[in-house]
Amino acid sequence: MKCTKCGGRAVIDLKRHNSGFCKEHFLEYFDGQVRKAIDDFAMFEPEDRILVAVSGGKDSLVLWDALLRFGYQADGLYIDLGIPDYAPASTAKVDAFLEHRPEAVLRRVSLSDDHGYAIPEAARRLRRAACSPCGLSKRYIFNREALQGGYDVVCTGHNLDDEAAVLFGNMIRWQVGYLGRQYPVLEERDGGLIRKVKPLIRVTEKETAAYAVLTGIDYMVEECPMAAGARSLLYKDLLNQLEARSPGSKQQFLWGFFEHGQPAFEEQEGAELTPCSECGQPTSRPGRCAFCRMTESLTAPA
Amino acid sequence: MASDKPCIRVVMTVPERKEWEFRGRHSVEKILRRLELNPESVIVIHGDTLLTPDEMVENGMEIEVRSAISGGAA
Repeated sequence: MKCTKCGGRAVIDLKRHNSGFCKEHFLEYFDGQVRKAIDDFAMFEPEDRILVAVSGGKDSLVLWDALLRFGYQADGLYIDLGIPDYAPASTAKVDAFLEHRPEAVLRRVSLSDDHGYAIPEAARRLRRAACSPCGLSKRYIFNREALQGGYDVVCTGHNLDDEAAVLFGNMIRWQVGYLGRQYPVLEERDGGLIRKVKPLIRVTEKETAAYAVLTGIDYMVEECPMAAGARSLLYKDLLNQLEARSPGSKQQFLWGFFEHGQPAFEEQEGAELTPCSECGQPTSRPGRCAFCRMTESLTAPA
Repeated sequence: MASDKPCIRVVMTVPERKEWEFRGRHSVEKILRRLELNPESVIVIHGDTLLTPDEMVENGMEIEVRSAISGGAA
């Protein structure tokens, strides 16, 4: 296959764009897609301070790399989730990334050291899938660290596949509240909820993996062991089967939703936020926030 | 089963390490089809570059097929 732009040897076939690209022009394409997402959705301004949620996986490291190259003030935030074997290996990938970028600043939080629990035991004690306490912990800590550090916005590495799979799941169960909030930008809200954005929304997971390999970003290839059997993996597999037979379906599904579907579900006014009576972080329920209630139940004597 | 005869070696490391051997000259697309892998869900690595599905591989080459999909809740 030849590069659509220069006729050189292509390294990737992008059927949804009816194109193939050599390394140079794929990297150019990728950067262009990320810049377009940032601009189209007015995600942040050059002077904003950005906090990037990094896990050691391909998406978050590629996102951080791109934002640093674009010249943004982008610091990283890594949360050690306390998952045996997986967490140390993830930490090592983030440390390796930092070795080559001395200008990068990383904030670290350890669930075990700072909050007294780890995700595997949280899942066991709460009798919930691990993704539930993991998601709650991450959302809470992203927001708290961003506020405490004086950041304007939190960036996550969610890509086109992630968001299409979430949309598919939310539509299967008609979770109208979630559908109303699914958008590449979640605006900040009075009461201390910081703005959250997803600059990789225009690129697929395969494209971020390709970008990482071609630019030498060493990432965590192994899947999170707690995610085995997660519905999101099933939805991604189904959507990729569709994509293979009908290229472009994923982006039409997702971008069409942003344009035509999401506004119909969007709440005009969300629930009022009040400060948690214990930690002061915003919560939509009077009293203590969900994170404080979970932490108390996890750190109480068994 | 590994052998000493020249072959195309195909490696996957995730979710578990697996190796396959093919002989002769085949397209990446054909190899992925034989392994029942969706080209939309994987990247194919050779050295420090990537191979597109139409690329031909032959005896003596080693390629890595890497899943591009990760999961779990955000």
